[in-house]
Amino acid sequence: MTERSESPVVSLLAAAGAVWLFMWKAAREVIVPPFEVRETIRQLYELGLRSAPLIAVSGVAVGVVLSMHTRASLERFGAESMIPAGLAIALVRETGPLTAGLLLSGRIGAGIGAELGAMRVTEQIDALEATAVDAFRYLVVTRVVACVVALPILTTLMNFAGMLGGYLAESAVSGMSLTMYFDRSFSLIGLSDYVPATVKTMVFGFIIATMSSYLGFTTESGTEGVGRASTRAVVLSSILIIVSNVVLVRLIFFIFPEVAR
Amino acid sequence: MNVAISPAVEEEKEAQIAAAVRLEHVCKTFGSRRVLEDVSFTVPVSCGFVILGRSGTGKSVTLKHIIGLVKPDSGRVFVGADEVSSLEGQELARVRRSIGFLFQNAALFDSISVGENVAFPLRRHTRLTDIEIRERAQVKLAAVGLEGEYDRMPAALSGGMKKRAGLARAMALDPPLLLVDEPSAGLDPITADEIDNLLFALNNQGGTTLVVVTHNIRSARRLGDELMILHEGRILAQGTAADLDQSHDDLVRALMASQHAG
Repeated sequence: MTERSESPVVSLLAAAGAVWLFMWKAAREVIVPPFEVRETIRQLYELGLRSAPLIAVSGVAVGVVLSMHTRASLERFGAESMIPAGLAIALVRETGPLTAGLLLSGRIGAGIGAELGAMRVTEQIDALEATAVDAFRYLVVTRVVACVVALPILTTLMNFAGMLGGYLAESAVSGMSLTMYFDRSFSLIGLSDYVPATVKTMVFGFIIATMSSYLGFTTESGTEGVGRASTRAVVLSSILIIVSNVVLVRLIFFIFPEVAR
Repeated sequence: MNVAISPAVEEEKEAQIAAAVRLEHVCKTFGSRRVLEDVSFTVPVSCGFVILGRSGTGKSVTLKHIIGLVKPDSGRVFVGADEVSSLEGQELARVRRSIGFLFQNAALFDSISVGENVAFPLRRHTRLTDIEIRERAQVKLAAVGLEGEYDRMPAALSGGMKKRAGLARAMALDPPLLLVDEPSAGLDPITADEIDNLLFALNNQGGTTLVVVTHNIRSARRLGDELMILHEGRILAQGTAADLDQSHDDLVRALMASQHAG
């Protein structure tokens, strides 16, 4: 007797529907008490604070590289004085949020996928439920809140680290002072540059937490499944971040037309 | 205003209260595989009830039905007067607080210490202070021979110690019903006997209702006031150990005569 197998299209649609329902449930339960305050704070530390070194170091490196590229371009027009402002706008509007989102999808996404996957295959999630604890609320909602809160803060850290990197590169070439560099950096940046671009990373945080949690929660096939969940968490979170970024940037341009100028 | 209750309804209500666990015509399928087929049984309060059978016959799935981790495709599952199979959310959580569950591989939370694993249900479901919770967790650990292990991480424990810690966590809230999945699997005979002795004491002295899934016939004879054999998702036989020893069914006799059932 052979088993009836679903077509790939049906399987894909079923999986997309399951992910969508999972995300919807997470979004709904975030605002419904009781809140797991203690566990949320622990996740903020694990997922947020412990990601800060990665973001800070990467931000400085990105800033150095961006500064070198910006200098190469602006030098041709004799507009070297615009380097700090140009770099700051690039960082705050797009490079900082997107790079932070992708870096964190790697660190946080892999971590959540592997941790929840391991908990699933070792029956720890069942054990939580058996102890009369809502595993979804305890494991997923806490991570969603932590990611949604942590992403904008880490993005802001990335922006500042990037500007610091830009300053290091610029001071090595032109000897510009720190005060002058940051004065020029902020000269062309308004709240409409910073707020929408940073707030959109809350969506990135939601995507990373829910996608990775879904893959961890639905892990099968033992340790092999855990590895697969971890890898897929990074890949799918990254793809969703890049695709959603297109939509979000379009939305920002629509709501804040001055940003598009 | 008094509402007249029919004798039949009252009788059923009394039966529900007297029974710690009751399954009625439970069927369960995973994919194309039928795991349970019309399974019905009753576990009286304070009874030691043992489910035996070869591997893959639906024993663990039956336990998970009782605590509501798995829902039946058809049929009903009762714990006391509560129909677990139809409960959700807070109502299901309320019933679960009255049940302890020892998983086959203990399923300790590996990100917290052994003591915090035992303290976990107390932190979640009681208003005890931190000091009282720690004291009570230490008492439970001592009861399973793990005194002084409060701060060790689960990864540092042997298989037997993990299982004992899992039992301490299952007993943390002093539940009237304890579900135990393979208490002696993977353990040396001495540790297995120690765990059996603990369960026996809980059942005989504490009046805790036990539902135990095991492969170990010696363990089943010691813990079981009543034994049930599952085969291919159906109940093959049920009764006391003495009843099953007299069975004319070849498989039942083979299981009862064996050292391990699967």
